[in-house]
Amino acid sequence: MLQGWVIVLAAFAYLGVLFAIAYRADRRADAGRSVIASPVVYALSLAVYCTTWTFYGSVGRAAATGIGFLPIYLGPTLTLALGWFIIAKIVRVAKLNRITSIADFVASRYGKSQLLGGLVTVIAVIGVIPYIALQLKAVSNSFTILLSYPEIVMPAKAGTAPLLNDSAFYVAIVMAAFTILFGTRHLDATERHEGMVAAIAFESVVKLVAFFTVGLFVTYGIHDGFADVFDRAQESARLSALMTTADTARSYGSWAGLTFLSMLSVLLLPRQFQIAVVENVNPDHVRRAIWLFPLYLFIINIFVLPIAIGGLLQFPSGVDADTFVLTLPMAHHQQAIALLVFIGGLSAATGMIIVETIALSTMVCNDLVMPVLLRMRSLRLQERHDLSGLLLEIRRWAIGLILMLGYLYFRLAGEAYALVSIGLISFAAVAQFAPAVIGGLYWKGGTREGALAGLSAGFAVWVYTLLLPSFAKSGWLPDDFMAHGLFGLELLRPLQLFGLTGLDEISHCLFWSLLANIGAYLGVSLLRAPNAREVRQATLFVDVEERGRVVGWRGGAPVADLLPLAGRFLGPERAREAFERHARERGLAAVEDLPADARLVQFAESLLAGAIGSASARVMVASVVQEEPLGIDEVMNILDEASQVRAYSHELEEKSRELERATAELREANERLRELDRMKDDFMSTVSHELRTPLTSIRAFSEMLFDDPCTELAERKRFLGIIVSEAGRLTRLINQILDLAKLESGRAEWSPVEVDLAEIARESADSMSQVYRHKGVALTLDVPESGAVVLGDRDRLTQVLINLLSNAQKFVAAGSGQVRVSVRCEGEFVKVVVSDNGPGVPAEERETIFEKFRQGGSVLTDKPHGTGLGLPISREIVEYFGGRLWVESDPGGGAAFVFTLPVFGDGGR
Amino acid sequence: MTKKILIVDDEPNIVMSLEFLMKKAGFEVAVAVDGEEALAQVAKLNPDLVLLDVMMPKKSGYEVCEALRSDPARAAMKIVMLTAKGRDTEVAKGMALGADAYVTKPFSTKELVTQVTSLLGG
Amino acid sequence: MAPAFGVESIAMNHSRLTAQRLVALFLLGCLLFNFPLLALFNQGGEVFGIPLLYAYLFGAWLALIGLMAFVAERRH
Repeated sequence: MLQGWVIVLAAFAYLGVLFAIAYRADRRADAGRSVIASPVVYALSLAVYCTTWTFYGSVGRAAATGIGFLPIYLGPTLTLALGWFIIAKIVRVAKLNRITSIADFVASRYGKSQLLGGLVTVIAVIGVIPYIALQLKAVSNSFTILLSYPEIVMPAKAGTAPLLNDSAFYVAIVMAAFTILFGTRHLDATERHEGMVAAIAFESVVKLVAFFTVGLFVTYGIHDGFADVFDRAQESARLSALMTTADTARSYGSWAGLTFLSMLSVLLLPRQFQIAVVENVNPDHVRRAIWLFPLYLFIINIFVLPIAIGGLLQFPSGVDADTFVLTLPMAHHQQAIALLVFIGGLSAATGMIIVETIALSTMVCNDLVMPVLLRMRSLRLQERHDLSGLLLEIRRWAIGLILMLGYLYFRLAGEAYALVSIGLISFAAVAQFAPAVIGGLYWKGGTREGALAGLSAGFAVWVYTLLLPSFAKSGWLPDDFMAHGLFGLELLRPLQLFGLTGLDEISHCLFWSLLANIGAYLGVSLLRAPNAREVRQATLFVDVEERGRVVGWRGGAPVADLLPLAGRFLGPERAREAFERHARERGLAAVEDLPADARLVQFAESLLAGAIGSASARVMVASVVQEEPLGIDEVMNILDEASQVRAYSHELEEKSRELERATAELREANERLRELDRMKDDFMSTVSHELRTPLTSIRAFSEMLFDDPCTELAERKRFLGIIVSEAGRLTRLINQILDLAKLESGRAEWSPVEVDLAEIARESADSMSQVYRHKGVALTLDVPESGAVVLGDRDRLTQVLINLLSNAQKFVAAGSGQVRVSVRCEGEFVKVVVSDNGPGVPAEERETIFEKFRQGGSVLTDKPHGTGLGLPISREIVEYFGGRLWVESDPGGGAAFVFTLPVFGDGGR
Repeated sequence: MTKKILIVDDEPNIVMSLEFLMKKAGFEVAVAVDGEEALAQVAKLNPDLVLLDVMMPKKSGYEVCEALRSDPARAAMKIVMLTAKGRDTEVAKGMALGADAYVTKPFSTKELVTQVTSLLGG
Repeated sequence: MAPAFGVESIAMNHSRLTAQRLVALFLLGCLLFNFPLLALFNQGGEVFGIPLLYAYLFGAWLALIGLMAFVAERRH
């Protein structure tokens, strides 16, 4: 048994938690450690889109139309796909212009028009009030239903209970009190509410968890999973009809219409604009929201249809489908789940009400009340020193008033429509902002009158085709104009305007209202060219990416005038702080040093705009600045000049970029040349050293023989022997240098053919056998008969093998030396190993011996070993044919020179 | 008294030719094939002049020259650097390290003998 | 080595590319969620016990979200 007080206590405990979260987030924001500076929090707070209309109403709509509830969530997914284009741009524009609401946005765009701001506010308030009524209805109904737990009793019809017995009345009062506490604790110049955003993100989690829990319970607790639910539904003709939508043009048209409508609403509803744009702390957060918010919508919708089917199976009649989320757990005596659902519904309602009323109250205050009050000279507001208290007061009253209007609508019209239809009426109202907002963001030609005309026309059509019929259905109005049209003109029947049939009433309204809206917006805008102020604002909005700041004020006003003005609305302390910051930014020590220039006026205006909206701010600033307004030609000139300068500097930038690139390339090339030069120099020096060494011996011995003709015969023979051998060394050296130069420059002539390395190994061993025998070194062969076929140049590969054999022979001891040659096919390679039992190659020399003129094993004194070019040449050759040459060695255990070459064809496999 | 000359080079044929030349000119000759052996021989024999090749394994001629010049007891010892690298910077480096003469390979045998003789006060 | 504005312009290009890819996904979504593709799946029949239209819409939706996540979160 759920006592009334338990439910009320749970509700207040939940509100308490919300308040604590908001309070903590505000404190942390003041301390500079924002909790909402996270893209995930941003995405979650966007889910304020899901109200009780989603929480309770989706199931109701699914029970009636099956899959028809989905377009309302597919639309936002599509909008978010455009988020990077549209949302991010609006956010940047709003930050640059200190936009405080959607009314402010439209007013600011079309030349800071107070009239336009007021019109948007009126449309928003009228359009959204039914939606607020809906939240009150949902909370009050769920409370009433839960109260009779475990009985399931549908609540009495709205408006039948006496006022003081109506739970919806108390819900409205509590909500008003809570929102006032929540949203108007202090006036923020940036018009942002960090605590509120944190609480909203938390609420999004709560309602998702609650709905998901019910979904799991219905699908897996009551039934045996999705397949079971759908199986049971197939048994009934009525339920199986929910699995498809009518295959008619009307049905598809309605589907497309709803998708389009929700695409616009997710951006243009005052609360969505507030959360997505005004409360955004970092435009980059949009990137995460692009997919996270649609994912949220996806998850919260998975169980809608199963719950609807479960409800229809459970309650064949007598229970409103809008309450299935709550009544299903109740029917199964799941007290805890039922309470969780109630809290989830409460969180969906509070989230919507808080953000919506704060957004609307800001609009009412800034764009409706303040402009009027400031005009009424009898109030002498201009002379008051501190108006910030008054601003807060106005907002509090506005919140109370909006909620009371919502309650009134609930009492008078609450039963006429199911939840979903009420929501759609609101959607259609705010869709009227689309031409002015989207058009104003991408088209510079829109004018104030154009926007006014478009909004008025669209709104009028909305009233006539959607709002008035909803009143008529509630019995407020005689309904003969519905049946026979206004003044009895059949063409003016509100639901079949000009005889248009074949659309559902929402699509019907959407078509006619947007047609009138866009037509008037474009048509009237094109009547005249935009004036100076409009051009300036259009540039700020449309070209926001260019970051060009256009100053629209000429002449200035002294700090002495501007500071008290700002102080009146922000409070003297806050204003002074802001001016001090501005002074510091301009490198000035004190506020009083600020020059009375256009920049200061600009600053003061944008500061004020944060508090009272751009239109009022402009009027206020104009009252102290003796402005000489700029003519259109002057503004155009400034803009032209600015764009010329921009184009010019763009060109310059491009040029300097090119230049820099060229310079860098040159520097690099120079560096490379210098490096090459140094390498060449080193090489020449080394070559000359290598050439001079044999030359030294030759010259010395020749001179000695020449100077002393009487040298003994034996001596003479010895000297001549040395001369001959050194001359041979010199010749070899020169040949190899030329050879290597040829290899390295790629000018060598190759004739690659199939050659058998086994054969080459045998031939090379044969030709070296004389040398080996002479030194007393044993040479063994481990070579297959054939089959080690590679693609290569026979002479070059022979050169490699002879070189390796000749090296090996030089490094082993005479008499006991052993050299072994092996040839093997290993996978895709032929591997040739020439190993010896010489001193080995120390680890640090294993790579350097392959460098030019580096010889290993210099400890042996019987020079000359060779030219120091044999190994580099061999490596060049092996690598040319796609192989590798390296040395393996254990200290003292001899050395093994190994090279591999790719097997040719299938010969080796 | 016969002057003593130490020949330091890692090319056996060059050593052989220098040894022959110097002996013929009437000097007493010892041989070393690398830098370390050269220092050992100097300590043992205390030669009057060292014919020192620059490019050698273990210790280069420059290092040997520097080591020898750091010992004041051998201030009178003459050092003739021999090198196959004839660049000006290398000549300057050798002279800066305290060599008495710098001879580029391939050298004229007559000139070398003349230079050595004059350095030894002949 | 590269001048600072070079890097910036690469980032700008990247951001422009991301925006264009997302617009392409928007168009894909418009196509997937509307007549006539919708009509193809608007009939009886089941996939793994789930009605065809329901399975199609949720499947296409999730795939679209996945693609949006991939495009939006990809960094250069």
